[in-house]
Amino acid sequence: MSTAAGQVPAIDIKDLHKYFGDNEVLKGIDFHVDDSQVVCVIGPSGSGKSTLLRCVNRLEEPTSGQIMVEGIDITDPETDLDQVRSRIGMVFQQFNLFPHMSVLQNLVIAQRHVKRRGKDEAVQVARRNLEKVGLADREGAYPAHLSGGQQQRVAIARALSMDPDMMLFDEPTSALDPELVGDVLEVMKDLASEGMTMMVVTHEMGFAREVGDKLVFMDGGVIVEEGDPAEVLANPQHRRTQSFLSKVL
Amino acid sequence: MKRSTRRRLTQAVLYAVLLGLVLLLALVADWDAIRANFFAPGGFDSAEAWKELFTVGVKNTLIYTAIAFFGGLALAVVLALMRLSPLGPYRWLATAYVELFRGLPALLVILFMAFGIPIAFQWTPPGGSVGAGVIGLVLIAGAYMAETLRAGIQAVPKGQTEAARSLGMSAGRTTVSIVLPQAFRIVIPPLTNEFVLLIKDTALLFVIGFLAEQRELTTLARDAVSSGPTAGTSTSYIQAAVLYLIITIPLTQLVSYLERRQRRSR
Ligand SMILES: Nc1ncnc2c1ncn2[C@@H]1O[C@H](COP(=O)(O)OP(=O)(O)OP(=O)(O)O)[C@@H](O)[C@H]1O
Ligand SMILES: [Mg+2]
Repeated sequence: MSTAAGQVPAIDIKDLHKYFGDNEVLKGIDFHVDDSQVVCVIGPSGSGKSTLLRCVNRLEEPTSGQIMVEGIDITDPETDLDQVRSRIGMVFQQFNLFPHMSVLQNLVIAQRHVKRRGKDEAVQVARRNLEKVGLADREGAYPAHLSGGQQQRVAIARALSMDPDMMLFDEPTSALDPELVGDVLEVMKDLASEGMTMMVVTHEMGFAREVGDKLVFMDGGVIVEEGDPAEVLANPQHRRTQSFLSKVL
Repeated sequence: MKRSTRRRLTQAVLYAVLLGLVLLLALVADWDAIRANFFAPGGFDSAEAWKELFTVGVKNTLIYTAIAFFGGLALAVVLALMRLSPLGPYRWLATAYVELFRGLPALLVILFMAFGIPIAFQWTPPGGSVGAGVIGLVLIAGAYMAETLRAGIQAVPKGQTEAARSLGMSAGRTTVSIVLPQAFRIVIPPLTNEFVLLIKDTALLFVIGFLAEQRELTTLARDAVSSGPTAGTSTSYIQAAVLYLIITIPLTQLVSYLERRQRRSR
């Protein structure tokens, strides 16, 4: 990034609360992600991991608190959300490819309408990203004809085609057959090594340990513990972290 | 008795009863009356009669159906989006419209459009009274298809909208490029059904009174009952019935096929 590199965090969350009706799902989250950092978020089901991630690009409306993305307050009503979202790639557990479009069209459509790129440029960018995820030969295929692992890699390529400054992953490998998980993690590793800022909700502790710069453990809507992944995994400080890790490791 | 023997016996009895009923009908039926009233000469055997039914009746029926269907569809898209709008007044307006036109007899709407409105406001409808009657069909079809489309839109997974929005696509762009194309695909079978219903509803336009070249199939058949070679018989009704079925049965079969295919791909 050209502006104030290293000074403004990529994502900076202050005292974030989120209610669904009377149910307080996020109970005051303070947390930041630095440029080029890979932050992994773990925690039991229902602890609010997805909600936290979805607040970062305002797929969920925060109830209170502040979320700054590269210094821009995205909770400010004056902020152009579409503009901010186009710079934050998001990858879903269920892939969410557009089933009525070919792989190439999936990668082109938002470039055309959001980035206002010409057709040739958009196709060129799309092909470059398909190559990156190892699916250059499948650009004409429809999502239904791809394996889950291939679909997820297309979804990553689709997000990358917007040239995002950061990527959010919500359990990107949880819906995959075990033998397909590796390819997707490999793509994510490559991204991390290229310096992409990443926030990853995952159950892949191996990935967190190897690729993550920071590990965050959430439970009951709060961050219980955060730190160096290897450290937290080997030496959890809190009882809740210990009991969670003893169940999943 | 063995079970298999008993089953075969039951089947034989059922077939025998059926055969008996058919024979009875054939014996009781007044074949001369049937031939004279439903298959009079100058009807089924007349190329001339078929030609008029086809080039005027079927043609106009299909034209009125097509206008009612595509006009209704355009209206339905607007109504369905209004019903899903975050703005209350839009939702209420669309709901009121849908309830109004689904709750009224089509015939009443057609009469009102063809005579009520033009007389009250000195309005000359495009295409005359027929045009106004077809607009009545558009208004009704729009209400029914709006409900179908709304269900289709709601059947598109939420993740599709979220993926599009997370790429920075606007709400409008997401609706047009992502949600509606998938919704339409889901509702092709029920929309085809609506098309079949409209084909039959164009017969209601009969009440308006047509110029000769504007007549749809039912009106044409009715006129052939009062004049022409088969006058005084119902031959032309039977001919019109055959023509309606030639159009509608393949369409309803297509609907079943599409529904089966959709169920399999789920
Ligand atoms: N749209 C919603 N409406 C109401 N409640 C919701 C909604 N989304 C999530 N919740 C609730 O918020 C809580 C946190 O959900 P969230 O999906 O963030 O958890 P999670 O940590 O991602 O869990 P998982 O590991 O199962 O994905 C849960 O109790 C869930 O039922
Ligand atoms: Mg989740």
